[in-house]
Amino acid sequence: MIRLDHLTKRFDHFLAVDRLSFEVPQGEVFGLLGPNGAGKTTSIRMLTTLASITSGQAEIAGIDVSRNPIGVKRVIGLAPQGLNLEIELTAEENLEFHGRLHRMSRHDRRARIRELLEFSELWEKRNVQVQKFSGGMKRRLLITRAIMHRPKVLFLDEPTVGLDPQIRRRVWDMILGLKAQGITILVTTHYIEEADFLCDRVGIMNRGRLVALDKPQSLKNTTGIYAVICSRMNGCPPRFFNDRDEAVRYASELEGDVTVRQTNLEDVFIALTGEAIHD
Amino acid sequence: MIDTGFYTIFWREMLAIRKKFWKVLSGSLVMPVLYLVTFGWGIGRGVRVGQGNYMDFILPGIIALSAMNSSFNGVSVTLNISKLYYKTIEEILVSPISPWAITLGRILAGCVRGLFSACLIVAIGLILDVNLGFGPSFFATVLLLSFAFGALGVLAAMLTRSHEDMTNFSNFVILPMAFLSGTFFSPDLLPQPFRSLILVYPLTHGSIALRALATAQAVPLSALAVLFGYAVVLFLLAGLSVKRLEL
Repeated sequence: MIRLDHLTKRFDHFLAVDRLSFEVPQGEVFGLLGPNGAGKTTSIRMLTTLASITSGQAEIAGIDVSRNPIGVKRVIGLAPQGLNLEIELTAEENLEFHGRLHRMSRHDRRARIRELLEFSELWEKRNVQVQKFSGGMKRRLLITRAIMHRPKVLFLDEPTVGLDPQIRRRVWDMILGLKAQGITILVTTHYIEEADFLCDRVGIMNRGRLVALDKPQSLKNTTGIYAVICSRMNGCPPRFFNDRDEAVRYASELEGDVTVRQTNLEDVFIALTGEAIHD
Repeated sequence: MIDTGFYTIFWREMLAIRKKFWKVLSGSLVMPVLYLVTFGWGIGRGVRVGQGNYMDFILPGIIALSAMNSSFNGVSVTLNISKLYYKTIEEILVSPISPWAITLGRILAGCVRGLFSACLIVAIGLILDVNLGFGPSFFATVLLLSFAFGALGVLAAMLTRSHEDMTNFSNFVILPMAFLSGTFFSPDLLPQPFRSLILVYPLTHGSIALRALATAQAVPLSALAVLFGYAVVLFLLAGLSVKRLEL
């Protein structure tokens, strides 16, 4: 459903995305995980036609992004990182405008607006101006708007950034609900637990390059299932083991505050790049 | 094939205007009323231009000026904020509507703003019992003028990279045009080469055409042709700037 072949974006002398290649089959939730500035948003901007492609190729649902941008726009939905809703309009008017942009019939728009506002639990607030919405409600409306025209592929750029844990969980449930409807989803995030919880496969990006791509559990297995993490004061680098006893034995040899726990995707990132995601 | 998506863009702008109608109304009145009071009743009291009084002379110019300001600012400011601050333009750019339709929809909304502010001043003129006539050709010319400045508004919003750039554009392009385009004086009074210089401004031709139409004189076709030329060229440049916009 999504195919990238050496996709590259250069801004003057800065290489923002460097020969990114991967494929996402229909119905998959694919995550791009990496720190701020890794090139995740720039990749989404190229795939959604908002930024030009310097070199390489990208296809969405078999449509070439550079050659047929209008065709691509018909099959994609985008919920960007910024809450770019029309704040002077109501929730219903925001969806109405989106439906008109995608040339949905009046009857279809009416039915779809009701269906989606009920799905996102915003039906009661349909006539409220969006500027009066909380951050979580705005985020839910943003995702709802992105699927209004029934896109085949949905791009979610940092869908839970700035949300508290309870609201974040609600947005995750919403995304999983969309997956159940068969929508292919590409999500960017720098939250480890988000990538772990939501994504069928994860591509780890750093400095514009894809450094690993696999299922979350496979990435962790490759690195080592158990991580031995020293406190910052100890200064020893983290080490990874597939055998728990071996990890505990290594930890007992270390001085100071040492933790043995299951490996997470941040550990995978550290093992691959030598840097922490949240640096 | 004509992309009818322009109507959706136009519809959204009309919805926004409807929601802030009183702001739009008061905003459209402040500047022309100030000019009418200052130049019409203040400085212009007792001044005669040809056979008529000064109020009859400046009113068509103020209508042209007001239509320019409303259409240009109504398009450029909202689009600039949409691009730089709220990012709502992304929602439109990822929809299957062509850049030309986006441009046309925005410009038509600017035309409505320009025509609306022109109608307000015409109403004031009728209350003041000015010796002018306002027929369909007059309002058609206001529309043409508003179309050209709406297109300039799209172009300015696409090319500027900050709110400061937008202010500078208004200060260095729009403000001099407002004062030098024969709104408050006849371009014929200026010596060369200044007379030729102000004929470069589209607003000069708008003022000339509207003044001729309001006073039932022969309409200089060259003024309408220049205005039409500006409208076409600025529309093409505005459409290209939307097409090339990268966020």
